Amino acid sequence: MLGVMDSFQATIDADGRIEPRDAMPEGYRKTLIRQIAQHAHSEIIGMQPEGNWISRAPSLRRKAILMAKVQDEAGHGLYLYAAAETLGVDRADLLDLLHAGKQKYSSIFNYPTLTWADIGAIGWLVDGAAIVNQVPLCRCSYGPYARAMVRVCKEESFHQRQGFEILHTLCNGTPAQKEMAQDALNRWWWPSLMMFGPPDASSTHSEQSMAWGIKRHSNDELRQRFVDMTVPQADVLGIRVPDDELTYDEATGRYSFTQPDFAELYEVVKGNGPCNQERLAHRVKAHEDGAWVREAAAAYAEKQAKKMQGSAA
Amino acid sequence: MSDPRANDLSTYSLRLGDDALIAAQRTAEWIAAAPQLEEDVALGNIGLDQLGQARSLLQYAGTVEGAGRSEDDLAYFRDEREFLNLQLCELPNGDFAQTIAKLLYFATYQHLLYEELRGGTDETLAGVAGKAVKEVAYHVDHATQWVLRLGDGTDESHRRMQAGLDAMWPYTAELFASDELVQRLDVAVDPSTLEEEWLRRVNQVIDESTCERPTSAYQHSGGRDGRHTEHFGYLLAELQHVARSHPGASW
Repeated sequence: MLGVMDSFQATIDADGRIEPRDAMPEGYRKTLIRQIAQHAHSEIIGMQPEGNWISRAPSLRRKAILMAKVQDEAGHGLYLYAAAETLGVDRADLLDLLHAGKQKYSSIFNYPTLTWADIGAIGWLVDGAAIVNQVPLCRCSYGPYARAMVRVCKEESFHQRQGFEILHTLCNGTPAQKEMAQDALNRWWWPSLMMFGPPDASSTHSEQSMAWGIKRHSNDELRQRFVDMTVPQADVLGIRVPDDELTYDEATGRYSFTQPDFAELYEVVKGNGPCNQERLAHRVKAHEDGAWVREAAAAYAEKQAKKMQGSAA
Repeated sequence: MSDPRANDLSTYSLRLGDDALIAAQRTAEWIAAAPQLEEDVALGNIGLDQLGQARSLLQYAGTVEGAGRSEDDLAYFRDEREFLNLQLCELPNGDFAQTIAKLLYFATYQHLLYEELRGGTDETLAGVAGKAVKEVAYHVDHATQWVLRLGDGTDESHRRMQAGLDAMWPYTAELFASDELVQRLDVAVDPSTLEEEWLRRVNQVIDESTCERPTSAYQHSGGRDGRHTEHFGYLLAELQHVARSHPGASW
């Protein structure tokens, strides 16, 4: 007779889906919780750099699109926390871990949004990189995560297009607007390349995650895909990727490019990026300011439940 | 503009559009700062509805005016004294209870107004109102649920809900102020006709929430004449600054 873990391995080997009630190794469960929580945290922290421009969006149409986008991110956070909860953890506990600095979020959101063009650059580059990272997750071995990603990816592709469209408008606008777009690309290019994580040789979690069907492609492979996809789009925009070594290899159809400064990535991950303190402090403040509201809702629900019981008795 | 009726209709649309625009600007401030994630989504939704209403109404105001002004010209290139929104809409959010009090008062007013307008003879206003009335019904429901929860939740939430209802109350008489324009313009709703039903609905919610009905005697006014609170200049500076830094640019 097969052991429960044999059936887990057989499902993984057959490229099947693991569901919440299935037996799974503790390491698999922990890895997924860490990854899904980090992903959920990234969605909600990511609301801040973009939310920063809602009040100042330069047209009402852009304001509406940006509000809808940031709202989508809150929605993604909700699905992802729900997916994590299928693994036996609680959203409230995961938020506490985030607030205590014990769980991470994507380092990209520790960079500041300084001009309106940054909203375009985030959509185009950051959401573009997220799509490259996340499309393979739609085939992740854990069912609830894979299904959440299908929905998230559909919305991300809309986000990416709107970012490109913002920059396209700027690049075809006044000289000051085009300069704003170039400046945004200069600042967001390297952090975007860092979104794929450390180089394969020094990536700590990658190998086991690949074996478990959580991760499908290596960090370096995904980074290469992103560059190959993005450089021709920069050409369409008429702005320059800030990499003097960037060359196109006719034979392979791929770009050769300069790697980002991974020492900077490690510093930002450690908490030493430009906005780490602000992002976390903002989140903690919103959570603490809202504590009395959540308590009131719970107290009210309890009172209502008692009333219902009373009237039923 | 030579046609006095067109002038009135444009001004009337501008009033309602400015209410919705400024309300949206304030509502959106909650996104990424709400007490829980569900509320970021809900307030985002409400803000988007308000902004959508604002865009339709400002567009219409510009069209009727006939001077070629777009929704963005009207939103970004008018000065403080030219905005005709209610002061209630521009007030800072305060804590969550104050925001909810503001939403209860404003959405209940908008709901009554749009219900009247959707049956009116101006096709555009009726169309905007017909769509908006469904959206605003949800805003009223959302605000009502929170007034009940906060009013009858904990001691602290009860105290805050009462404070929010009281703080916003002196800005509510302005919602129903009638003037020559609304009396003259055939397609306008005279807001004074909405007051009684508004009071009935709002009082019902307040009573059920275990809070007291506010009793402030002093009432602010001036929004419809472009006289605003000190807060408004800052709101507008933030809303307009990028567009004004690049005059003539497209976005």
